[in-house]
Amino acid sequence: MAIEYLYPQFEVLRNPDRCIACRVCERQCAEEVHHYDHDLKKMVSDESKCVCCHRCVSLCPTRALKITKTNHQFRENANWTGEVIQEVYRQAESGGTLLSSMGNPKDYPIYWDKILINASQVTNPSIDPLREPMEIRTYLGKKPTAIERDENGKIIPNLSPRLRLDVPIMFSAMSYGSISYNAHESLARASRNMGTFYNTGEGGLHEDFYQYGPNTIVQVASGRFGVEKDYLNAGAAVEIKIGQGAKPGIGGHLPGAKVAADISRTRMIPEGTDAISPAPHHDIYSIEDLRQLVYSLKEATAYKKPIIVKISAVHNVAAIASGIARSGADIIAIDGYRGGTGAAPTRIRDNVGIPIELALASVDQRLRDEGIRDNVSIVVGGSIRNSADIVKAIALGADAVYIATAALLSLGCHLCRTCQKGKCNWGIATQRPELVKRLNPDIGSERLENLLTAWSHEIREMMGGMGINSIEALRGNRLMLRGIGLNEKELEILGIKHAGE
Amino acid sequence: MKRVYVNEKWCLGCHLCEYNCAFANSGMTDMVKALKDRDIFPRIRVEEGDSINFAVSCRHCDNPLCVKGCISGALSIQDGVISIDSNKCVGCFTCVLSCPYGCISTSESGAVQKCELCTKNADGTPQCVAGCPNNAIVFEER
Amino acid sequence: MKYVIIGNATAAIGTVEGIRSVDQEGEIVLISSEPHFTYGRPLISYLLLGKTTEDKMHYRPDNFYEANRVTTMLGRTVTRIDKNAKKIVLENGESVSYDKVAICTGSRPFVPPMEGLDSVEDQTSFMTLDDAHRLAGLLGDQKDKDVLIIGAGLIGLKCAEGILHLSKSLTIIDMAPRILPNVLDEYGSSFLQSYLEGLGMKFYLSDSVAKFSTPHHAVCKSGLELDFDVLVVAVGVRPNTQLAEEIGCEVNRGILVNTRSETSVKDVYAAGDCTVSHDIAADTDRILAILPNAYQQGEAAGVNMAGGDKVFDSAFPMNASGFLGLHMITAGSYDGEEYVTKTADSYKKLVVRDNKLVGFILIGDVDRGGIYTSLIRDQVPLDTINFDLIREHPQLMAFAKSERAKKLAQPH
Repeated sequence: MAIEYLYPQFEVLRNPDRCIACRVCERQCAEEVHHYDHDLKKMVSDESKCVCCHRCVSLCPTRALKITKTNHQFRENANWTGEVIQEVYRQAESGGTLLSSMGNPKDYPIYWDKILINASQVTNPSIDPLREPMEIRTYLGKKPTAIERDENGKIIPNLSPRLRLDVPIMFSAMSYGSISYNAHESLARASRNMGTFYNTGEGGLHEDFYQYGPNTIVQVASGRFGVEKDYLNAGAAVEIKIGQGAKPGIGGHLPGAKVAADISRTRMIPEGTDAISPAPHHDIYSIEDLRQLVYSLKEATAYKKPIIVKISAVHNVAAIASGIARSGADIIAIDGYRGGTGAAPTRIRDNVGIPIELALASVDQRLRDEGIRDNVSIVVGGSIRNSADIVKAIALGADAVYIATAALLSLGCHLCRTCQKGKCNWGIATQRPELVKRLNPDIGSERLENLLTAWSHEIREMMGGMGINSIEALRGNRLMLRGIGLNEKELEILGIKHAGE
Repeated sequence: MKRVYVNEKWCLGCHLCEYNCAFANSGMTDMVKALKDRDIFPRIRVEEGDSINFAVSCRHCDNPLCVKGCISGALSIQDGVISIDSNKCVGCFTCVLSCPYGCISTSESGAVQKCELCTKNADGTPQCVAGCPNNAIVFEER
Repeated sequence: MKYVIIGNATAAIGTVEGIRSVDQEGEIVLISSEPHFTYGRPLISYLLLGKTTEDKMHYRPDNFYEANRVTTMLGRTVTRIDKNAKKIVLENGESVSYDKVAICTGSRPFVPPMEGLDSVEDQTSFMTLDDAHRLAGLLGDQKDKDVLIIGAGLIGLKCAEGILHLSKSLTIIDMAPRILPNVLDEYGSSFLQSYLEGLGMKFYLSDSVAKFSTPHHAVCKSGLELDFDVLVVAVGVRPNTQLAEEIGCEVNRGILVNTRSETSVKDVYAAGDCTVSHDIAADTDRILAILPNAYQQGEAAGVNMAGGDKVFDSAFPMNASGFLGLHMITAGSYDGEEYVTKTADSYKKLVVRDNKLVGFILIGDVDRGGIYTSLIRDQVPLDTINFDLIREHPQLMAFAKSERAKKLAQPH
């Protein structure tokens, strides 16, 4: 089209006094924004291609670069914002669905930031985690409701299969395909070293990573890619993915172009074919159907692996969770509407689902009310941003959390939200070998471990401040939370009092 | 002895090692001042291939042909590090002819130059390695 | 164990260092007719050129002899070796006993008979520091002397490079039809010749001095007549083999040694320009009077004298010789299939024979040329590397990944 409706979103600001024309920006930008002009003898840029991933900024040795949002604007309009207008232009041009990635970026309330944590003063002493034992290890799975003893009075150890987490943080599902081999290796190695788990997502398990099986959760999604007996038994747990926070109610689509040899082998589909995950599991139309799949998987894994059912947080999440808790599943994973993705229709990502804080509180309450809370553990994800979010989640009733966006940030992601283009300059959401190699798992795994280590320290400190010395004592302890700036209904759903009460 | 080793698999061909080297050996404290609008003469150089890159610098051989062939005694082994006394070097290039790795090169001064593991500059530890964004070069005992 | 080394240049120093790498205790006596601290012999042209000084020419640090516990007898001349009594006899009849001896006596200038040469007072050869001093004295600092150099080989040309700026005019004459015939091919010779002519040197080739009619006038075979103030005779060199020959060492132009630097006489070793080596590039035995070769032969001699085991079996000709800004490195033999690249200011030739690189010439751009040298030294089969790539320019990329890993990810 002759008319260019879209004005570049970003501007590349290069400080000519600092640029030494080393060309690292040029060499590192897969979007080909920068190049050296031999006639002008200087670096120039084509900012229309910039996605604001900061790779160039981060590698520029003289800090000569920064990226800024353009101040080119439409006439001020609080309703028809520039973004809304540009999306219309884009669709008027393409006739297609808008695609986005990572989590919902819209300005919805963040309940974590409206919840405050308690601390001990005088009447019950706080605990110094540097001096006192502080237990953050936790187990996921069914909890026995009664203790059984044999004729000699010895306890019969008939526990259901469980996952032991040395930190209450797991890496949530990201498939090999949506993220790179090196990103997977980083997650796998960090999980092993930190005593936690990462999750294959629906892309199968690369043969190289079977060695990390004891720290792997293998996923069974609607496309059933890569699912077979060895795969199911390779992991420590099996997760049935019903939905994901970024795109509840719809399936996935990995274009054939991305199904290269390695991915085709891992997904067990022919090279170059589209990998389509249907919106529903075609064998699950009821809780009873779900129960069948749960038990099929238990059967396939000799009742040795806990089964996780992952759903996205939607309107009647509590009732659904109640059904799942009765289906035989050991763990329910709930993914809030801020959860990330490698690619989702923008409208769905930005408008479907509910906040994880509310979903968690209502699920925990419902299961308690029904006396089935111990049937399952609850894991929540969908924008756990820091250790305070984790402490609040656990106090709201979670057993552990799933993180993915924060993990990717540790690996270098700058949340440019263009994963769907497959040209991730940080070597994360790409399959292009020259880009994948940018993520050295030696560095990646160390950064992930650092993040978990740092968060663990902070969790211990916050727990100590409350006078609590174990995750178990914090779990569901909503008295440790207070709301701020929340209305009655919100406080009621969250099951917490307002600050000052 | 610790040497600079190449992990070819992780080299991105970003060439930052070359600039960090040139800066480290410039004697200046500001990279812009040291390198802006200049041709650089790094002691480490990145080779570029279709999808392979790697940086090459002096291997600090135990049995250094450059030292053995040096006509002036300018090249010598100092605590394992192959050092060049640029004062003594006359720029005959016998070392360029001798080095199997192509790691001795010309400098602005006419004497040859080579990696001395940053033992002679203010940093004291190889700056190519310190600045490598992907651990493609490492400084370690092997 | 008592070691005696005759000579004080590269091969001798290599021998000292070879001995000390194995034996820290044995006594080392080093005897040299030159009175100087060991110096880099090829540096004499750079001394005249002003690129080095006499102090900086020292081939090793000033404490070298003490640090290596070497007893030096400098300015003393060995007249013969008594192999039965195992002693070295000096010019004054004094003798030094030895258990093992290394002959590192190098070579001496060869001066062909020329009528009237004796009458030329202002002449010198160009081999030693004393020669350089003498030449500098003859030239003075007025830049008013016409210089005639006989010989357009390496010595003659390096001399020319060193004194061009000190001479009013500089003329070089050689019997051969081209300059540096032992180092370059025809194109290389003419390339270098035009470069040097551009700097003001004058060449008369395929010609020689028939006689010196006066101490400052030469008449050439072609009839050409040349006036000169200073004469440098740089026609060639002859290895100093006499000491070895007298005690029965096999000699064929140079002293014959094996790859352990042993002569045919027990406990007598030899290294450097006085020996014959096996040229692996041309697969022939010849005198390879080049410095890296001398050092490595000396080192092997030293190690083996001290009871170690070291073989130097990768000798081949190689030369690095800059001429006033034009750099040039060459190695090996030029007999084989040629791959040539020429530009206005550079020349490159690779020579391949039997799936191996056997020689090369790089003039102008010599960057990383040592990688080519290594192909000759290691006799790398060219079908195991990417020859097209390495033809473009020397690079490790041309090697297989596993080979690169050996080179770059392992200690050497």
